[in-house]
Amino acid sequence: MTDMPDRPALLTRWRPRGAVWLAAPAVLVLLLALAYPLAIVVVRSFTDPAPGLDNYVWFFQSAVNRTVLQRTFVVAAWVTLVSLICAYPYAYAMTIVGRNLRLALILCVLVPFWLSGVVRTLAWVILLQDSGVINSFLRGLGLPPVKLIRTLPGVVIGMTQVLLPFMILPIYSVMKGIDTRLLQAARSLGAKPWKAFLQIYVPLSLPGVYAGAIIVFILSLGFYITPALLGGPRSILLSSLVQNQVLSLLNWGRGGAMGVVLLVTTFVLLAIAAPLMRQNHSSTRREA
Amino acid sequence: MPSFPRVLLGLFCLLVAVLLLAPTLVVIPMSFNGNKSLAFPPVGFSWQWYDNFFRNPDWTTSFSNSLIIALIVAVVATVVGTLAAFGVSRAAARTGGLLRALLITPMVVPGVVLAIGIYAVYLDTHLVGTVTGFVLAHTMLAIPFVLIAVQASLEVFDRRLETAAASLGAGRLTVFRTVTLPLILPGILSGALFAFITSFDEIIVALFITSPYLKTLPVQIYTSITRDADPTVAAVGTLLFLATSLIIIAGLLLGMRRART
Repeated sequence: MTDMPDRPALLTRWRPRGAVWLAAPAVLVLLLALAYPLAIVVVRSFTDPAPGLDNYVWFFQSAVNRTVLQRTFVVAAWVTLVSLICAYPYAYAMTIVGRNLRLALILCVLVPFWLSGVVRTLAWVILLQDSGVINSFLRGLGLPPVKLIRTLPGVVIGMTQVLLPFMILPIYSVMKGIDTRLLQAARSLGAKPWKAFLQIYVPLSLPGVYAGAIIVFILSLGFYITPALLGGPRSILLSSLVQNQVLSLLNWGRGGAMGVVLLVTTFVLLAIAAPLMRQNHSSTRREA
Repeated sequence: MPSFPRVLLGLFCLLVAVLLLAPTLVVIPMSFNGNKSLAFPPVGFSWQWYDNFFRNPDWTTSFSNSLIIALIVAVVATVVGTLAAFGVSRAAARTGGLLRALLITPMVVPGVVLAIGIYAVYLDTHLVGTVTGFVLAHTMLAIPFVLIAVQASLEVFDRRLETAAASLGAGRLTVFRTVTLPLILPGILSGALFAFITSFDEIIVALFITSPYLKTLPVQIYTSITRDADPTVAAVGTLLFLATSLIIIAGLLLGMRRART
């Protein structure tokens, strides 16, 4: 030890000075295409057409806006809840099956994850429309048709399916690191299998659940394409209102104020959820 | 004999797998529809929508626009993102963490908010409907994916190999070219693929900064869905579905072979 005290430190922690400058081009791109545009949105929300808080007062005083804001949160909550119910058992199954079956299960998640969202929404238009797959099936059974497209349940169904991979992947990545010998230990000490699962496995998987839930919730809040194509006048979400204010009414201030509300909500949620996503149980994780 | 909960779990997962994959498959029969309609069930059989995709200038131009933009984005974002990954993992721990958090923010900013901001800037700078405008916006959106992919391979990369090469007299550039680069190449390549797909599929910002003279494929698909019931979108959807599946299967098989050796 005393022979060469500095060597391990030298080898593993050698950090050349100025390495941080390698990130300068990326930061420049972010300043130009992210920070500056967002700053403009914020500034216009306070200054367009006149300086002051008018746009925010308008936003929170209008009953329509409050309804849409509330609806956006309710839809996001439903999408998060339903996708969590679907994702948790699925991710768990991915960790306990053999290699070939696991590859098949992973494939079923990755193909929709990487396939264009517009294409997947198109599929839902074909399924849910009045002359769609579901209604022609119901007609075949002699049942009355149901109204699915341009309704809120239709939007929730489509969004859940589009966002499901974002829930499965974080939960799976945490679950595959959980040491299942802990469950065996609990059982050998007399715990019932379901009790061992609930008291040991579930708490260890929570960081993945929080990560998946927050990602899906945030993406739902700002979702645009799927609600725009599957929704109708009674299922408009906040992002469609923003788009409408800016592109149709050219009202940058009001659109900006809505955007800022969306942006602030997102970052507040992230700040609240960030500590929950950290994995504290390093001692209970599998080595490799 | 599997226990009752296991059977239940298996059935439930089968259902979720069907939910994940099956809805999208509906575009396949629709793409061979004999009628110009997206109503189900399709009538007859024809290749005309594939023919239309490959002949109609609206579709061919938007496809080549998307391809060109995505290729440029893949190159630019990979270079910029790889440099940033080195910066993040070799800077002091706290600076690196902050930098990383900053560089992945494009992933969490709501698309519409970003889109109106970029639209405002591009209106002032005449970048609406330009390749430069698309490349800049898409590069920003793709940097997080490259950063995460390259950083993951840098984390498992043994820094002592660099020290060893340097101690044997190799210059910094030689070390990078002959030791570091080959070892982290898989991470860089998957980053490039992520960047390509991010740009190729991007729609929200594209809907705002598009112009009649420069449309990308997702914009063309979106306007076609909202405007008429042209089954060409189903043909495009089928082609994209096949391409995505093939790329992912190839990736999984490659990863499996690497894990085995």
